[in-house]
Amino acid sequence: MLLRVYALILVRKLNTMSLTSSTIGRKVAMALSGLFLVVFLTQHFTINFISVFSENTFNEISHFMGNNPLVQFILQPILIFGVIFHFIMGFVLEIQNRKSRVVQYNMYKGSANASWVSRNMIWSGAVVLSFLGLHFYDFWFPEMNYKYVEILPLDPNRYYEEMTHKFHDYLRVILYVISFGFLALHLFHGFASSFQSVGVNNKYSENIKKFAIAFSVVIPLGFIFIALFHHINSL
Amino acid sequence: MNLTLKVWRQANAEAKGRMETYPIADVSPDMSFLEMMDVLNEQLMGQGIDPIAFDHDCREGICGMCSMFINGEAHGPDRLVTTCQLHMRKFNDGDTITIEPFRAKAFPVIKDLTVDRSSFDRVQQAGGFVSVNTSGNTQDANSIPIDKHDADKAFDAAACIGCGACVATCKNASAMLFVSAKVSQYALLPQGKVEATDRVMNMVKQMDEEGFGNCTNTGACEVECPKGISLENIARMNREYLYASLKG
Ligand code: HEM
Ligand code: SF4
Ligand code: FES
Repeated sequence: MLLRVYALILVRKLNTMSLTSSTIGRKVAMALSGLFLVVFLTQHFTINFISVFSENTFNEISHFMGNNPLVQFILQPILIFGVIFHFIMGFVLEIQNRKSRVVQYNMYKGSANASWVSRNMIWSGAVVLSFLGLHFYDFWFPEMNYKYVEILPLDPNRYYEEMTHKFHDYLRVILYVISFGFLALHLFHGFASSFQSVGVNNKYSENIKKFAIAFSVVIPLGFIFIALFHHINSL
Repeated sequence: MNLTLKVWRQANAEAKGRMETYPIADVSPDMSFLEMMDVLNEQLMGQGIDPIAFDHDCREGICGMCSMFINGEAHGPDRLVTTCQLHMRKFNDGDTITIEPFRAKAFPVIKDLTVDRSSFDRVQQAGGFVSVNTSGNTQDANSIPIDKHDADKAFDAAACIGCGACVATCKNASAMLFVSAKVSQYALLPQGKVEATDRVMNMVKQMDEEGFGNCTNTGACEVECPKGISLENIARMNREYLYASLKG
């Protein structure tokens, strides 16, 4: 059944109307964009982690990612679209959900039947979003400025320097640590939840959930480790 | 037991409601919650106060009529029970109990604790049935072999009594557990598969039109459902819906 569903997605053009207008369609879109971001996060983590071992390899990969036309002009726009789509859809759903209960309860015991993380995805998401603002300010805008505005000469060895320089500032490191804490919370619920949203709930779900939870803890901790590593190194 | 009850009072759908406080004495721990409400109403009538309107019918956990949001939870603190199956022994002497109607845009208050759940009926009417030809040549259901596993799952889904606790509990007032139980109950059986595509499309469309919220997989519905309807059904509905909308 599930295989047939995804085979159909591949062969037919996506019915964009029902995918963005019905509750289930939106939910699936939310989950697919979330899963896409998880894949991106894994890739981003791998590259960052290399900086811990080898300055040269990190520079090489960064240079490749920053100058390969496929990455720059195809994958990067898809990623930016994915992020924007994900958080806008998140806000749209949040507004729709708030409208579904006009009069609030005087007493509502949310913790009796659902986890804190699952009830506060919009807040963990909002923290991650503001982190993305900082992150763009730190790396993406300077990068774009360097390459496309001032059109400075190519320098394949500048990336490691630039990055470690940023992590010298302890305030920035603290903000990174807090943000990745919230990303962990976001993924703690979101990653496993996205499988349920796209209709996967079967005998593998227990293991998927274990994997998703391990991922949501290990990857953000890894990012935190990298930030601390470069900070301590720069002292 | 002596208790303090804080109850939502609202004269009619248009009136502005508010919480009222009523003390009640000598409540037996063996009473059901609804019996306690009956005693309270007798007491109120004795004082010339309008009795509290609340829904109930079977009083044995099968009709789904009794609603009430008790101390912040649908059907109160107990699990796998309706309000009529909730006993006063779950509370302690001296407790203050907050009693509110089920709240959702799609469940407007009629009076006090009674809400209009006809939105569920309209979702059901949109596709929660099998149109069989009963002209005399219908195949005997018992002659159609059905996988035991599927039959069990369909039966579990069919246990939904349409009480609305899932909606009342959900932070998004989403009706997905209810609708998915109704979709699954048919989707798993050969008789229901014939109309599966239209059913899921129409029921979800009606669900959205009624103004229920969107599922965010918090799982609160599954915990509060008196019939233990599983989230597995929501995943099944999502699959069915995806398949149906792509098939067009
Ligand atoms: C790297 C960044 C991010 C990743 C990897 C990510 C991942 C995910 C995943 C996997 C889901 C689960 C979808 C589902 O349950 O079906 C999700 C849900 C959600 N995300 Fe994100 N997300 C990210 C950033 C954001 C941002 C910036 C926001 C902005 C507010 C946000 C808001 C939400 C909301 C509101 C939900 C829905 C909650 C729910 O359905 O339970 N996310 N995210
Ligand atoms: S799914 Fe459970 S809580 Fe929801 S209406 Fe059916 S029986 Fe009630
Ligand atoms: S009165 Fe019928 S289920 Fe409670």
